[in-house]
Amino acid sequence: MSQEHMLNIGGLHEGVVLDHIPAGKAMDIYKRLKLDKMDCQVAMIMHARSSKMGQKDIIKVEAPLEHLNLDALGFIDHTITVNIIKDAKIVEKRDLRLPRKLINVIHCKNPRCITSIEQGLDHVFYLADEEAEVYRCIYCEEKYHSAKKRS
Amino acid sequence: MRHCMSPLDFTVEELDQMMDLAARIEKDPEGYAHVCDRKKIATLFYEPSTRTRLSFETAMLNLGGSVIGFSSAQSSSAAKGESVADTIRVISCFADIAAIRHPKEGAPYVASLHSSIPVINAGDGGHQHPTQTLTDMTTIRQLKGRLTNLTIGLCGDLKFGRTVHSLISSLVRYPGIRFTLISPEELRIPDYVREDVLEKNHIPYEEVIRLEDALPDLDVLYMTRVQKERFFNEEDYVRMKDFYILDAEKMKLAREDCTVLHPLPRVNEISVDVDNDPRACYFRQVQYGVYIRMALIMTLLEVTK
Repeated sequence: MSQEHMLNIGGLHEGVVLDHIPAGKAMDIYKRLKLDKMDCQVAMIMHARSSKMGQKDIIKVEAPLEHLNLDALGFIDHTITVNIIKDAKIVEKRDLRLPRKLINVIHCKNPRCITSIEQGLDHVFYLADEEAEVYRCIYCEEKYHSAKKRS
Repeated sequence: MRHCMSPLDFTVEELDQMMDLAARIEKDPEGYAHVCDRKKIATLFYEPSTRTRLSFETAMLNLGGSVIGFSSAQSSSAAKGESVADTIRVISCFADIAAIRHPKEGAPYVASLHSSIPVINAGDGGHQHPTQTLTDMTTIRQLKGRLTNLTIGLCGDLKFGRTVHSLISSLVRYPGIRFTLISPEELRIPDYVREDVLEKNHIPYEEVIRLEDALPDLDVLYMTRVQKERFFNEEDYVRMKDFYILDAEKMKLAREDCTVLHPLPRVNEISVDVDNDPRACYFRQVQYGVYIRMALIMTLLEVTK
């Protein structure tokens, strides 16, 4: 592999750093964001020392922000910090919020829901209660808690 | 273009207007006999429901319109595997309005997303049945003269009874409503209705186990059927179905002006010896169901008179 195609673990030239991930959660986020299916280099640092959290995980992704599903990330854990890197510098810190709407991030588990039989139907959830972090299926109103609340 | 998925799709003012229209229709049915001439309703019933389907069809026929549709999934293209989205796209070419009953929750909503005609949810599994709620509200309003300052007793299967949940959610928008929830322990109102609807809106309510204890205080008694299909086993159903039977003896405890309602069909929760009691209004309720469906069809088709 040539030098220009290597990802520098210490620094990232262009891409996104997901910081303040609760220790041990990076692999789960890697899968949920489908980073394994993206054509880019990813570095995962697990159980890094953190003054704020004691231990934390970090994921560095060598891809533009638009390639990441921030709604999915916000649903997983809206306290994660998103740093946007350009020319090896943090140019922006993006706060995550619980998304108002989730499209195909989670699937409705209600066997009586129309999503269980209708072909090609997006699984859509709306934020019904921000404080309690409750989402509901737009079709059957089945209740789901955000991933953070459930963990 | 508007659809009707839930009674809460309409503001209190809009509901009042619709119920006013139903009252005008009741007084002068002839005056509305041709307002929907040449219009067609498609009744798309993926599961059997004779009374709701016939009520919609009667409503449209009373307005001068006509009816197309099917009454079971087996007699529709769903049997061939057609999606709800495709079916409604096709039906939109034939009819002016559609009423859909489907065993899957949210199916009418999916239809509304792909429809070019108004869609009415005629019942989707255990989720919503807005025209039953509109029927119940219209009946109470017409018989009591108001939807405010009433003590409403809800009796029977309060856990699975979607008509009960929907009626509670709709009535809490009117001032002075109190509920008495009468059910066995196993069939109490779900937590989300108690917490998200009653307590959130500071609605006074009490939960009682014996129907006799609640009867003397009620303006309206809304009886419900313990539905066999909601139970996972026959044994539970048999054990609970006879818990709450209203008969002539119990009716002696009710007030002179109490109104007894039931979404029907009843099995044995109201004894036939109550039927001739002037306070038994469940068959009049069916008639109000036709009037309010006429009003709903006119409203969604934007037909005025």
